[in-house]
Amino acid sequence: MQQHAGAEGHGLVGSRIIGEITASGIEFVVSVPDITTSEGLLRPLAQLKTPRLIRVCKEDEGIGICAGLAYCGRRALLLIQHTGLLDSINAIRGVAVEYSLPICMMVGLLQKEPDVAPRRSKRYGVRIVEPILEAMDVPYHEIEGDADIPKIRSAIEDAYAGSHPVVLLIGRRPS
Amino acid sequence: MMKRDDCLKALARHITDADIVLPVYSTAFDWIAIRPHPLNYLSHGAMGLASSHGLGLALGRPDKRVIVLDGDGSLLMNLGTLVTIGEVAPPNLFHFVCENGCYEANGGHPIPGRAAVDFAGFARAAGYRAVHAFSDLKIFEQQIGAILAEPGPIFIDLKIESSGPQERDYSRIHGAQAREAFREALMSGR
Repeated sequence: MQQHAGAEGHGLVGSRIIGEITASGIEFVVSVPDITTSEGLLRPLAQLKTPRLIRVCKEDEGIGICAGLAYCGRRALLLIQHTGLLDSINAIRGVAVEYSLPICMMVGLLQKEPDVAPRRSKRYGVRIVEPILEAMDVPYHEIEGDADIPKIRSAIEDAYAGSHPVVLLIGRRPS
Repeated sequence: MMKRDDCLKALARHITDADIVLPVYSTAFDWIAIRPHPLNYLSHGAMGLASSHGLGLALGRPDKRVIVLDGDGSLLMNLGTLVTIGEVAPPNLFHFVCENGCYEANGGHPIPGRAAVDFAGFARAAGYRAVHAFSDLKIFEQQIGAILAEPGPIFIDLKIESSGPQERDYSRIHGAQAREAFREALMSGR
């Protein structure tokens, strides 16, 4: 289990995050919109030809789609909100964890206060995310400031190299 | 009404060594008895997700036909998949539902809306390129070859009898061996 404290203060630049995503060889972004990442990530990603954006109706669909792509040797990123992560726990359990598949999830922490660690948030739904991931043995990384952005590529590379899921927690709205 | 075994035998005559097939629950056991093959994708991890795995495979391997053999209870658990597949519109995806009106693997209890739900209507409204429904085996046997030669996504509703409550050993379905065999077969280009 890996865990990293977020850097303080320096905001997040969406274009840098997208640069890390593309540099990681991600060919598909599978998404249900999330307000934290809507403007800084999803909207600009929707303008790109690569990675190809696949809009899904529900987050657990995305777990299945990413699994199918993984068997084909094609890299994908599931871009969702933490509520969708919570809703998809059984799919993550069955597909990502028990089948040891590299399901990479970028998760916006809706209404998390900037520069506050997720487990210290006043929002119950945010506070429980990391303990749940730890209980499921799913590695995660906090992406809170620009200093955290290089974690994205290494986390994705590690997930594919070790064939295991990973969650990247976006703690504030990227610009 | 048709028997599932008969439908699967008719379908198997049109499946090639290059095709990927994703059967769920009771259908999976019948299918692997009729047509054992390493490109049978058996491990879906959570109920309802077979067609989503199938969409990922269809996107990842556009050179292959991907055949999803869904259940009606399973599809009800993930109806949004119809809309997603309709929008993505992979030409190599063929989505069957074996409609027996019950959760056969979970005690044979009826599905909500049994006999009232229109799965073909759902798929048509969701944007599948073509939709078919069969309750007569002879007609299905006559038409399935031509349907599989068309571009997808195509939805095929098979009205079948329930085989009754089933007690199956799912360790084979969820076991690592089946997944590894699939991975090797897919990557070796079979």
